[in-house]
Amino acid sequence: MKKGLIISGIIVAIAIFLYVSIKGTYNTMVKKDEAVTAAWAQVQNVYQRRVDLIPNLVNTVKGYAAHEKETLEGVVEARAKATAVNVNPSDPQSLQQFQQSQNQLSSALSRLMVVVEKYPDLKASQNFLDLQAQLEGTENRIAVERGKFNETAQDFNTYIRSFPRNIYANAFNFEKKAYFQAQAGAEQAPEVQF
Amino acid sequence: MKKLSCILLSLCFAVQIQAQGIPEPPNPPRLVNDFARVLTAEQVNQLEFDLTAFARNTTTQIIVVTVPTLGGYDIADYSFKLGEKWGAGQKGKNNGVVIVFKPKTGREPGRAFVAIGYGLEGVIPDAIANRIVNKEMIPHFRDGDIYGGLRQGCKIIMSLASKEFTAQEYDEKTSGNAGGAVAALFLFLAFMIILSIVTKNHNHNFTMGDSKSGLPFWVLMSMLGSSGRGNSRDWDNFTRGSGGFGGFGGFGGGSFGGGGAGGSW
Repeated sequence: MKKGLIISGIIVAIAIFLYVSIKGTYNTMVKKDEAVTAAWAQVQNVYQRRVDLIPNLVNTVKGYAAHEKETLEGVVEARAKATAVNVNPSDPQSLQQFQQSQNQLSSALSRLMVVVEKYPDLKASQNFLDLQAQLEGTENRIAVERGKFNETAQDFNTYIRSFPRNIYANAFNFEKKAYFQAQAGAEQAPEVQF
Repeated sequence: MKKLSCILLSLCFAVQIQAQGIPEPPNPPRLVNDFARVLTAEQVNQLEFDLTAFARNTTTQIIVVTVPTLGGYDIADYSFKLGEKWGAGQKGKNNGVVIVFKPKTGREPGRAFVAIGYGLEGVIPDAIANRIVNKEMIPHFRDGDIYGGLRQGCKIIMSLASKEFTAQEYDEKTSGNAGGAVAALFLFLAFMIILSIVTKNHNHNFTMGDSKSGLPFWVLMSMLGSSGRGNSRDWDNFTRGSGGFGGFGGFGGGSFGGGGAGGSW
């Protein structure tokens, strides 16, 4: 009788302990997961900002350099592709696809910026200068937000993958987040030809 | 699995390496940090005094940093990381500004960048930051007048941040035709004079009462110095009029999202 009481007491104590520890861990996981989601929203936000900037930029350049059709069309096309990609940040493949389409847009834009060098009137126009500053600012924002996303994703991944939280994470289906990676080939210096 | 740990490891390293090049926040906290030694002590104190007063009145913190080298960073990246690390501006408001100046050395061009905190991106958009750097500051730097350039940049940023005039008014002032620009300039000057009179009268009462917050020695010195000096350009009157009293309390923990612009010469 007394023995049974002690055993049931121990079981209750263990149950309470487990409940408290799992509850704390689970809630922290949710919090960190939400932080990653918020960081991701910021990343999409700044990419969207760049996409929104492009029509204005293309129209301004068109006004001065209409016969650079190919380059301009390249930008418009890359923009359309970039907006069509649907992305899920926890899936590395989907993230990579997103990155690829955005990188294509980046290179189309940099080609446009090279072409622009041939048009001094365009380069001198205040409208273009402002757009250029905005574009540069947007690229800076993209870099910053990508960095912040990687930091929060790393924080989350480290948290859910260390023992004993990995057991809970598995049980509650928390999955590792993917990282943004440097552009393939970005580690090689570009070749400059004259 | 192995690949993942490689990535994680390299990320850790990347974070460590990146944290190295950015200087630690000064202790005691200061808004003007002349690491490159391009300003005189008096100039530093004068600028610090104005920026401190501005920070006390509006909580907007403008940090000026001159560095001899960027340690391999892109200047934009450097400015954001420094702002984030030091925590310029208030947490939640994110109303910090970081002005980084790197002097021209030998073949390397001089560089300047104005990083705008999240919370001020609305009042100082990139295009305006770009104009402040390239049209207001760099012409001074080209002439070797580093103090003048920093001063001019700070003055416009302060006016924009405290909404004395809006980015649009500034835009019209700097990009309009010559006649319009002159008219706008006159209006602007008249506005500033009125404003300086108004704020002087307005602030006079409470600035004197706030002396228990321990006035640092250098502020006192700079005040003595500046009141004795006879060089009163228009903006000297203007900024001194809205001055607060006392030291700079410390960085607030604001955050940066990549707003701002820069230039080189």
